[in-house]
Amino acid sequence: MNNSLVSITDYSKEEILSILDSARDFEANPNRKSLDGKVVATLFFEPSTRTRLSFETAVIRLGGKVIGFSDAATSSASKGETLNDTIHMVSCYADAIVMRHPLEGAARYASEISPVPVVNAGDGANQHPSQTLLDLYSILKTQGTLENLKICMVGDLKYGRTVHSLIQAMSHFTPTFKFIAPDELKIPEEYRIFCRKKNIPFTESNELNDNFNDADILYMTRVQKERFQDLMEYERVKNVYTLQNEMLENTKPNLRVLHPLPRVNEISMDVDKNEKAYYFQQAQNGLYVRQAILSKVLNIANNE
Amino acid sequence: MEKELKVAALRNGTVIDHIPADKLFQVVSILRLKYYDHPLTIGNNFDSKKMGVKGIIKISDRFLAEDETSKIALIAPNAKINIIKEYQVIEKRALVLGEEIHDVMHCANPVCITNHQPIPTKFFVIKDEDKVRLKCQYCEREVAQDEIKLKKK
Repeated sequence: MNNSLVSITDYSKEEILSILDSARDFEANPNRKSLDGKVVATLFFEPSTRTRLSFETAVIRLGGKVIGFSDAATSSASKGETLNDTIHMVSCYADAIVMRHPLEGAARYASEISPVPVVNAGDGANQHPSQTLLDLYSILKTQGTLENLKICMVGDLKYGRTVHSLIQAMSHFTPTFKFIAPDELKIPEEYRIFCRKKNIPFTESNELNDNFNDADILYMTRVQKERFQDLMEYERVKNVYTLQNEMLENTKPNLRVLHPLPRVNEISMDVDKNEKAYYFQQAQNGLYVRQAILSKVLNIANNE
Repeated sequence: MEKELKVAALRNGTVIDHIPADKLFQVVSILRLKYYDHPLTIGNNFDSKKMGVKGIIKISDRFLAEDETSKIALIAPNAKINIIKEYQVIEKRALVLGEEIHDVMHCANPVCITNHQPIPTKFFVIKDEDKVRLKCQYCEREVAQDEIKLKKK
């Protein structure tokens, strides 16, 4: 086993906190030479411009170099090469692999066969741990703590992997959850079981304009059209699940609105100017968190 | 039919009893009994106090390997295995699912990597009260026991 990061559950509470600590350090000074001479491969079997640019910027700002591809069509996977062969070939060249793959479990498998550490940059609807860690970093930065927070999650709670991973990660910090989703996209039973087992209180609702005035974090996700069998239902839900600026009027002053982005219409543009909107800073935090992750998997201390 | 009689008829071998009637032929297929050339009895729809009806398989001169019993445990967890030597039951074995299941079943998730690439599957057995769920090592999805599809080998 190497130092790979595949799932947020690979990290203990202490490891999570140490990544967040290290991210704060990188935020203060993101340009270094600690990855000088290192090569990181970014293998994107499906396109994800945002995540890829964030990882590549993280490497370059630490003085490392990047190789890779941004679409499976331009790799030999399109010629029928197995993932096993691609990983073995790339690990001859690179010191670490950052991989996005449309199939679930691809990153775990890659981490088992790869001699160099693998960082999962998303495997289908399964895991995307760097997103989860940047969500945690954003929560910590805006609230000053991760402990005892009220977190309201909205939108696609059934397929949204960022939601599932955030529930797992926050479970270390005695949270209270409120899940707001249309009936088609309710939180899966296994996460209700998970919360009950960990004694985490939660409530559920199917109306966004239910009050979230006691929340510390409003975590919005995209409701995707392709998830609906009944398109009329989608049209109804789409409009009900749009966050409007006036809905934030009576919320707590420390409330911050997070969203993993890209946003489509679930947050109205007039929210952007509200000081409680935090989703663009959240994306920027991703850079520092990814610098921290790469340094950890490559065993490079921050002060080098 | 009396149980003693059926068991006593076998000199050396294995009796698998209390197989749910609708799973009998799946067990036959797991053990590849179609190709077995020693004496063999396959019975089904026998009366059973516990189960209503049941199936039973008696195989002479064969003792099951661990991967065979774990496959049977997946589809017929309440079946009983008796090992016979010289007409005597020398061991009654309850089917116990291990903590991990290796390369015996498919993942039920169609977008799991193991359904697309030549990768041996691996599942963790999660026992919750009387229900068993299997968690895929790769896609992390859980499969309920009645959704299991065994690999054909």
